[in-house]
Amino acid sequence: MRARIRTLSDGAATGLAVLATVLVVAPLVAIFAYLIYKGASSLSWAFFVETPKPVGEVGGGMANAILGSAILLAVGSLIGVPVGIAGGIFLAEFGRGTKLANAVRFTADVLNGVPSIVMGIAVYSLIVVPQGHFSALSGGVALGIMMVPTVCRTTEEMLLMVPNAVREAALALGVPNWRSVLAITLKTASPGIITGCMLAFARVAGETAPLIFTAFGNVGWNTRLDEPMAALPLQIYVYALSPYDDWHRLAWAGSLVLIVLIVLAVSLVRFVTSRGVLKGAS
Amino acid sequence: MNVSVQEIRLSKLKFQTEPAQQNGENHLEAVSAEAAQIRAYLLSRGNSAIADRGFRWLMVLCALSIFGIVVLIATELVVRSRLAWALFGLDFFYKVFIDTYTHKPIYWDPVNGHFSALPFLYGTLVSSFLALLLAVPLAIGVAVFLTEMCPQMLRAPLAFITELLAAIPSVIYGFWAVIVLVPLLRDHLNPWLIKGFGWTGFFGDDNPTGLGFLAAGIILAIMILPIISSLTREVMTAVPQSQREAVLALGATRWEMIRVGVLRNARIGIVGAIILGLGRALGETMAVTMVIGNSPEIQRSLLANGSTMSAVIANEFAEASGDLHLSALMELGLALFIVTIIVNAFARLMVWAVTRGTPSSIH
Repeated sequence: MRARIRTLSDGAATGLAVLATVLVVAPLVAIFAYLIYKGASSLSWAFFVETPKPVGEVGGGMANAILGSAILLAVGSLIGVPVGIAGGIFLAEFGRGTKLANAVRFTADVLNGVPSIVMGIAVYSLIVVPQGHFSALSGGVALGIMMVPTVCRTTEEMLLMVPNAVREAALALGVPNWRSVLAITLKTASPGIITGCMLAFARVAGETAPLIFTAFGNVGWNTRLDEPMAALPLQIYVYALSPYDDWHRLAWAGSLVLIVLIVLAVSLVRFVTSRGVLKGAS
Repeated sequence: MNVSVQEIRLSKLKFQTEPAQQNGENHLEAVSAEAAQIRAYLLSRGNSAIADRGFRWLMVLCALSIFGIVVLIATELVVRSRLAWALFGLDFFYKVFIDTYTHKPIYWDPVNGHFSALPFLYGTLVSSFLALLLAVPLAIGVAVFLTEMCPQMLRAPLAFITELLAAIPSVIYGFWAVIVLVPLLRDHLNPWLIKGFGWTGFFGDDNPTGLGFLAAGIILAIMILPIISSLTREVMTAVPQSQREAVLALGATRWEMIRVGVLRNARIGIVGAIILGLGRALGETMAVTMVIGNSPEIQRSLLANGSTMSAVIANEFAEASGDLHLSALMELGLALFIVTIIVNAFARLMVWAVTRGTPSSIH
């Protein structure tokens, strides 16, 4: 009898776990398929070359938002990538096991969990208020700050995968430590670090909240850093809440572009970490 | 001159390590100690010491900038919210203005200068806990299936899908919710809930839009599911294989093995993963803003419109009606910042307690 109950509960638990997985994976895959279907059927050439049209006119695109996103992300990467990589080098090469390194690692993880909207208002009061108006620069800074923790932690993890023998070999040849770190260790880990940067890049590419009151959005072309600039996620937000079908179509197309970017980044990271691109080093 | 100094140092090194090498059992330790000594020696050579030190300090500086960012955010928020803090103090978080004519509470009325964070705290808590309620059992079920039961073939693709879904931008989830989820709730789930459970008072029928706490809770649950399940998976894989084997050797079934051998050992980490999901849900902005209805009220019904701390900031910040309004929004931001920092720090410590020593994956 008791054995029977045990077998039954085992079966029930297995069934529940399978059920949970189906319940989770099926809708998630459905969402994903729906996004791709909607996006693919709304994508057109005009999307990539035209600016938004006024309400009522059919057509138009998000060319200015794509350019805006590219500029904002470039500014963000310029800030986030070097600082993040340098922080990662400190964690993996100089601070291993020290209290300072543990504190930095912990803070980076915590900073990663700070809501992006809080970053937005902090950068607003830091840059937009003194400047007196919304600007692309402030949006870029907000995105850059958000990239730092992710880049820092991935760089650290990738550098830790580099075997010690490589470092020692470089030092034994008489290479100064800074060159050995930059030209040997960092270079060995570079495929992983580059994909880590891409992951951070893809994540902030979809961020809307920190841009609402920094880059603010713009219906026309703008390449000046001290003026409001359009961005893809911002435009999707505005169009998604509009009641017009035509704008919804544009928003779906924009979503697809963002998702393709993200899928590329995530699969690259997965490829690099699982296939062991670092194998050549060991 | 220089050469002779080096020779002396090298011979000294040799002298120190020779006796240790004779001891066979400590051989490995001795070798690594020797390697460390040689490395330290090579690092301390004169010709590149200045460049090396400069480089090292540059890296330390960049690492310290992470502290700088946190301090900067905190000071900016504190400075900008001073006005609201000076005027309302702690009352901001619990006091409510009662209208003298209608005897109804007025929570948030920027034009007439009434500011109370209460409805936003309530909205944030209700939507986040609703999300946890829906997401946690499913997430743990998925994690158990993926680590203990899943055929090897399915494991990688399923893990990949969860990873991918964690990376989809929140504005896209919000868009999907507005177009698909909200009509679905409005036309099918909500009427059924009102009919079946309306008597509990949690499902009122006075909001025909389909927006509200329930919609926000469901979309939040979908968004935090991948995070909770992938972290739980990581924690469960960190449980040593010998624990499982020991329980199995005592004649346990698979479920008993999972319960006693795995879940019990990983429980601190799992709680950490859940709290991390909570932190994500508390601060989530765009998707919630798009489906919660954005009205600063406190209602018992889960189908009623509400608002959250992040949603009200996203909605009103760019068009704030005055310094006080802006300052009150900043104070909400500060509260959100402090709460998420505490929640995240707590959760990280718990996850670390379990996974310490095993390589972690990227989040």
